[in-house]
Amino acid sequence: MSYFQAQEIAIQFGGIRAVDNVTFDVQQGEVFAIIGPNGAGKTTIFNLISRIYAPTAGKLVFDGEDITTIAPHRIAGLGIARTFQNIELFANASVLQNLLIGRHCHSRVGWMSQLAFLPSARRAEIAHREKVEDVIDFLELQRYRDALIANLPYGVRKIVELGRALCTEPKLLLLDEPSSGLNVEETEVMGFWIEDIKKDLGITVIMVEHDMSLVSAVSDRVMALNYGKVLALGTPPEVQGDPEVIRAYIGGDP
Amino acid sequence: MRYLFKTRYEQDIALARHSGDVFWYGLLLIVLLFIPGVLGEFYVGELGGLFIFAIVGVALMILTGYTGLVSLGHAAFLGIGAYTNAVLLAHGVPFLVSLTCAGLLTAIAGVAIGVPTLRMTGFYLAIATLAFGAILANVFQKWTAVTGGFDGFAVPTPSIFGLRIEGATGIYYVSLAVLIFVMWLTFNILRSPMGRAMVAIRDSEISAQSMGINLALYKTISFAISAGMTGLAGALFAHYVRFLAPDAFDILLSIQFLTIVFVGGLGSIRGAILGAAFVRLLPQAIAIVRDDLPFGIGRMPGLEPSLFGLILVLVILFEPGGINGRWLKLKQWFQEVPLHRAVSFRRQKSYARSERLR
Repeated sequence: MSYFQAQEIAIQFGGIRAVDNVTFDVQQGEVFAIIGPNGAGKTTIFNLISRIYAPTAGKLVFDGEDITTIAPHRIAGLGIARTFQNIELFANASVLQNLLIGRHCHSRVGWMSQLAFLPSARRAEIAHREKVEDVIDFLELQRYRDALIANLPYGVRKIVELGRALCTEPKLLLLDEPSSGLNVEETEVMGFWIEDIKKDLGITVIMVEHDMSLVSAVSDRVMALNYGKVLALGTPPEVQGDPEVIRAYIGGDP
Repeated sequence: MRYLFKTRYEQDIALARHSGDVFWYGLLLIVLLFIPGVLGEFYVGELGGLFIFAIVGVALMILTGYTGLVSLGHAAFLGIGAYTNAVLLAHGVPFLVSLTCAGLLTAIAGVAIGVPTLRMTGFYLAIATLAFGAILANVFQKWTAVTGGFDGFAVPTPSIFGLRIEGATGIYYVSLAVLIFVMWLTFNILRSPMGRAMVAIRDSEISAQSMGINLALYKTISFAISAGMTGLAGALFAHYVRFLAPDAFDILLSIQFLTIVFVGGLGSIRGAILGAAFVRLLPQAIAIVRDDLPFGIGRMPGLEPSLFGLILVLVILFEPGGINGRWLKLKQWFQEVPLHRAVSFRRQKSYARSERLR
């Protein structure tokens, strides 16, 4: 039984089948990359997993539990966290506040105690803060702790978003183009972070990525998509050598 | 200039950041407590009105400034609170109970408007809440059995534990107490998961949701809390005006409330207070200088609304942070006065402008 399974998932927007009977499974502790040309349906798969879209067909199973019809805000509580392609941080808040929002799915204090800020609420806040400090230490974000997101360079925001996802203590991490907008060095650093997340924290990672150097550096298996359909699935060299994949990227005889 | 050296996590949670805060806000509180002994009846009454508007400002700040939902229906919430309190008092209910009921009933009304408008934002929400306000205004007029309609409703004098709250001074102290209570609640909300969830919804709904925040729940909570606080203000407002007329709770009042929030500075409790002070004091200032203005400007009709409009436009154009933003800049200027450079704020300002186009 694999850790995460997508069974023949499909979604249709009008006449367009953005994701068409895609089946894959992810083993616990591996880094699984999804590649494909623009519009292939990679991010749509992420949006299906995080329940922003409801699939028109198929089934999603995570850790033995069917998550196909779960409410979107419960996904984080199950241990699935994600980042976004175009950074969806809370721009008018500090790094610390952003990371604390990542702790939201673990807050158990009742609303009355929050309104009166009873000692239970205070203790819970300190506990959250300690967890957040662990993530700050892990990603070396100490000097940005109190900086506003709006004043941070793009590369740092990317790391902060990764940190916010880690604050939810995920078991499965969805990274949507972790290298987009980063230069070569920053991409390499991002690769190290992903390896650390996999090895030190034992988190399973699914990532959508264009940068093939990052994909071959960190991922265990790769799935190539085009027009919502699976072209190839295997180790990075296998997929890169697949004639179908090469045709999808650089064209050729049909 | 003060450098904060943080050694404990509690320092980030504490209400007062440092001893300076304790000193200045404590001093302000002492001054406010002694004002009724010094100033005349009229000014004490006006300050009481300012406190009531400040309560609404804080309430609307939670909804608009922190959760990002616009409401043009807060005058109706004020009306619900005012009529609930007045009617219950007339039936012999003790003031503290009727005040609580006014807050709770208005909070329920907030849920009633919050739930159907869950998927709305921006203009659509503004129109929906506007319609809600219009309906409520009609109810206040037509439900004569309870509200007295256009004949009005004389509000009984309240008393707390046998102590009658009479005149401007009584309302002044009760309003100040409720304002402090409401501010305390708001600061608690802002430093707990609830408040962070609201800010998250304001900045990015999609990522708030994927962080496990139940959008519908927190938007409704925000509406309920904001309406409930406005209901408390309404109960006090009933005593402030002493005689309730249904046309007091119209759209213009709602717009005045939004002006408090925008001119004061979105996303800041201090802004809500400063905005309320602005909205209450500007008409007084106009009244004072009206007779001394040259060329008969003072006798021109519509001077007050046009000044309000002009200032609102100028604030939105040149100071998105509102009075609070201006205050923070002034404070920073004083802190670094010999080394200050005019360019310090320029870059951020252009950033803030381009961001607002999104």
